[in-house]
Amino acid sequence: MLHIINKSPFENNSLLSCLRVASAAKGHAILFIEDGVYGVMQGTAVEKSVRDAMANMAVYALNPDLEARGVQGRVMDGVKLVDYDGFVDLVAEHDNVQSWL
Amino acid sequence: MKFAIMINEGPYTHQATDSAYLFARAALAKGHEVTRVFFYHDGVNNATRLTVPPADDRHIVNRWSELAKAHDLDLVVCIAAAQRRGLMDENEAKRQGKDANNIAPGFRISGLGQLVEAGIQSDRLVVFGD
Repeated sequence: MLHIINKSPFENNSLLSCLRVASAAKGHAILFIEDGVYGVMQGTAVEKSVRDAMANMAVYALNPDLEARGVQGRVMDGVKLVDYDGFVDLVAEHDNVQSWL
Repeated sequence: MKFAIMINEGPYTHQATDSAYLFARAALAKGHEVTRVFFYHDGVNNATRLTVPPADDRHIVNRWSELAKAHDLDLVVCIAAAQRRGLMDENEAKRQGKDANNIAPGFRISGLGQLVEAGIQSDRLVVFGD
């Protein structure tokens, strides 16, 4: 399943809720878009949670949204950057998509 | 592959409708089919043709109308959400005794069943919202 996070982890609990569910099983991936991209920054309060989750699942971030916020240079190692084409491919590659609004 | 898209956020609010539009465009460019775009909750405000953004800003409503025209997209607005927010087509305005309608070209008003149907008939349902 592909999980989509579009909210900053400092705005609500979607990211941590998502990580709790998604880490429980194999085969999950997370895509960070919109203000959600603050969840893949280095040195934040959620970095450890995201890093722990990366042991089990692939983590992606939408590069145009990182660039719009000027934070593309502060992304944690191991996060794969995609554009909208890559976003479409991720949706196609996973059987289900869950947006954590 | 068949994609259905759901939009729950109004235009010029955060980013949901922009993300959805760019996603839909990328999917179409890659040869996928967008079976339906369903506008729900404040998302119905993406469908008013009376929208007049500043000249240097993107025109979110026209952008959807143009994409629908180019790719024969089915843009569906939830009727209950539309009634609450004053979004009308000609029939609905007549039925409610209103003196005007405001739905943009390419959009149509229908029920939540259209969302369920889109979910069943598509390979993926991608939700954008607040």
